[in-house]
Amino acid sequence: MGNARDLGTSPDEVQFRFRDDEPVDHGTVTVDACCDQTNATAVRIEPGDDARLLLPFLDRLALVEVNFPVFGDGRGYSAARILREAGYTGELRAVGDVLIDQLSHMRRCGFDSFAPDKRLDKEDAMRAFATWENVYQRAADTRRIIADKRHEA
Amino acid sequence: MYRYDQYDQEMVEARVAEFRDQARRRLEGKLTEDQFKPLRLMNGLYLQLHAYMLRVAIPYGTLNARQMEMLADIADKYDRGYGHFTTRQNIQYNWIKLEDCADALADLATVEMHAIQTSGNCIRNISADHFAGAAADEVVDPRPYAELLRQWSSFHPEFTYLPRKFKIAVIASAKDRAAMRLHDIGIRIVKRNGEVGAEVYAGGGMGRTPMIAPLIRDFVPIDQLITYAEAALRVYNRYGRRDNKYKARIKILVHELGAAEYIRQVEEEFAHMLTVGVEPPREELARIAEYFAPPAFVDGPKTVDRSDPDFALWVDRNTHRHKHDAYVSAVISLKPAGGIPGDATSEQMRLVAKLAREYSFDELRVMHTQNLLLPHVRIADLHALWTALDEAGLGSPNMDTIEDIIACPGLDYCALANARSIPLAQRISERFAESGRTGELGELKLKISGCINACGHHHAGHIGILGVDKKGTENYQLSLGGSEAEDVSLAKITGPGFDEDGVIAAVEKVTDVYLTQRSDGERFLDTYRRIGMEPFKEALYG
Amino acid sequence: MKILTGNDLRTGAVTWWNGSGWSPFVDDAVDVAEDAEEILAREEAARRVNVPYAIEASIDAEGHVRPAHIKDRVRALGPTVRRDLAVPTADKTGWDWVI
Repeated sequence: MGNARDLGTSPDEVQFRFRDDEPVDHGTVTVDACCDQTNATAVRIEPGDDARLLLPFLDRLALVEVNFPVFGDGRGYSAARILREAGYTGELRAVGDVLIDQLSHMRRCGFDSFAPDKRLDKEDAMRAFATWENVYQRAADTRRIIADKRHEA
Repeated sequence: MYRYDQYDQEMVEARVAEFRDQARRRLEGKLTEDQFKPLRLMNGLYLQLHAYMLRVAIPYGTLNARQMEMLADIADKYDRGYGHFTTRQNIQYNWIKLEDCADALADLATVEMHAIQTSGNCIRNISADHFAGAAADEVVDPRPYAELLRQWSSFHPEFTYLPRKFKIAVIASAKDRAAMRLHDIGIRIVKRNGEVGAEVYAGGGMGRTPMIAPLIRDFVPIDQLITYAEAALRVYNRYGRRDNKYKARIKILVHELGAAEYIRQVEEEFAHMLTVGVEPPREELARIAEYFAPPAFVDGPKTVDRSDPDFALWVDRNTHRHKHDAYVSAVISLKPAGGIPGDATSEQMRLVAKLAREYSFDELRVMHTQNLLLPHVRIADLHALWTALDEAGLGSPNMDTIEDIIACPGLDYCALANARSIPLAQRISERFAESGRTGELGELKLKISGCINACGHHHAGHIGILGVDKKGTENYQLSLGGSEAEDVSLAKITGPGFDEDGVIAAVEKVTDVYLTQRSDGERFLDTYRRIGMEPFKEALYG
Repeated sequence: MKILTGNDLRTGAVTWWNGSGWSPFVDDAVDVAEDAEEILAREEAARRVNVPYAIEASIDAEGHVRPAHIKDRVRALGPTVRRDLAVPTADKTGWDWVI
């Protein structure tokens, strides 16, 4: 493993991106490869991978792709939050079977770019991103939760 | 009881709009059924044998008269005039149209109700002790904690695609009236040195691999409850099995890892989550708790006039001790002999709503036994209440008796079922009501499931019946010795199964064994535990 | 014989393939022989039916279509415990063969 060109999505495949910096323009490596190589800056997490293995390398990573081979496998949501909780600020890209109705939750878990296998209807997607004006629980975003708003002075 | 503020209201309305949009996309063909299914399930909409079925949440089983009237209106407007109350304190409608569903949800939202997360691989509706806020034996009212968990679990961004469904129950007394240890997470609110905290169990459940949840923490400080839940769920989301749907519940993870290893992982995650800071502000629990302040109880008579034996029997069987001695909690049986367990007509729902206004501070409960309950009834009002219930066919004096059968919808409604459950419940309750042996048998919990998924809790029945498919015909396995209560245990199969007539006869035989063998004061379950399976087997197959 | 059944996408009602469309009455069901897969794919794609499938059935002496499996027999008439809600049918003996 470790052939960078075989893995990952290109910037062209990214349909929605909530960042201003230039996207990484090369492929990603596996989590194992990332842990072995000292120079990898882009990595791809598969559902069974332990995102915490990447924590020592967060400083050098500019792109983490989290693959959703099937939309019903929700491990990637935890992977995303774990990285953000550890202070990762680079691009966090949801790739694979990413559907309209997962966008808002993925965004809350820290994903800031989206490269769905099948391009999504833009209008439906924008509506989905904006579904929840308020939220009940803390997540990787910095939104004040409903309970905070209830008790502000 | 809890009331929505603008935020809660906005949340359910946003969900209705979201679902309306999802249904539109499905009808327009933008979503396949495979893609739509998890979305509709997260709004409680199933496709069953005959139609779509909508499961509406009744958080921790508490509702007011206005809400019950809306449930009746939904039954009339969008369904066929009735609903089915479930073991997880929800209500199901059997004949909802997909094209009407968003309208029904919008109507529910006007009375602060919804169908959010009543299905799907997410955190389901939180259930609780149905006597919460009324029971003489509770440490505190568990519902504020359930409400805190309800809000935390609603639209949780990380835990919406779990390996499998996730059910949480909250109680706050030594007695367990919510099958707490047969849940994915069971919480008992306790006090230690005056401090409120949570005793947490994880990895219980019924289904094809029944398990009793082990204790995973004896005390979570109450202001860390959400953080702890977050940690327990994260470990499950990351490591719960996803290769096999039948091994995906948390019980399998806890079992395969061993409780000690699961605990270790949760503790590690918990320590981490404490540093992240996910707990809502402390004042939030206090805000919620205010809504559950006890109503203004007044002193009054503590006994009833027992001159009418039918009334006295109902009082003895269907009322439960209240924390205020001039009150009781009164069980409204949805188990008339020969009836369909848990079903209520819209007319009955409206009557119960009216009675709740008159006699119970506008408060109602749905019990996990598929009955309804008025939590706060003045003892002085009991006769008037009973008279009204009896006239409407809701006065059966059979709580926790062999007529108070839990039964899943079975093959009459359910696409997963292998055999019918309801006809068995009807025939058994009728037979024991006619023979007059119900009273003699005392507490005897009979539970019937129409398939191995165990929605009818057969594993936890003193007597359990499981319907199976035997070469295309219905067949029923009998099991004995289960309990969902604080003396929790899993029932054991007696032996080869029976046909419908055979299993009814078998139930009679095992009750005969009990009556012959029991010692003073023993319940069926106690006798079974003392004498074991053999005498029962002998009677059944000998 | 092999017949096709499913639920209506909009209403959820049980439906049976009658050769040119979907009927609420099991007696309208026709033998699809070898064409099952093709019809199922086409009809589901057109959203004229939801989650359809093929089942075995037979025709009795009076010409009534009888699905082989108990589940589909219950679907054909309605819940056995709520016969007041049954699918309207002229088949007076229907309940006798459901179970």
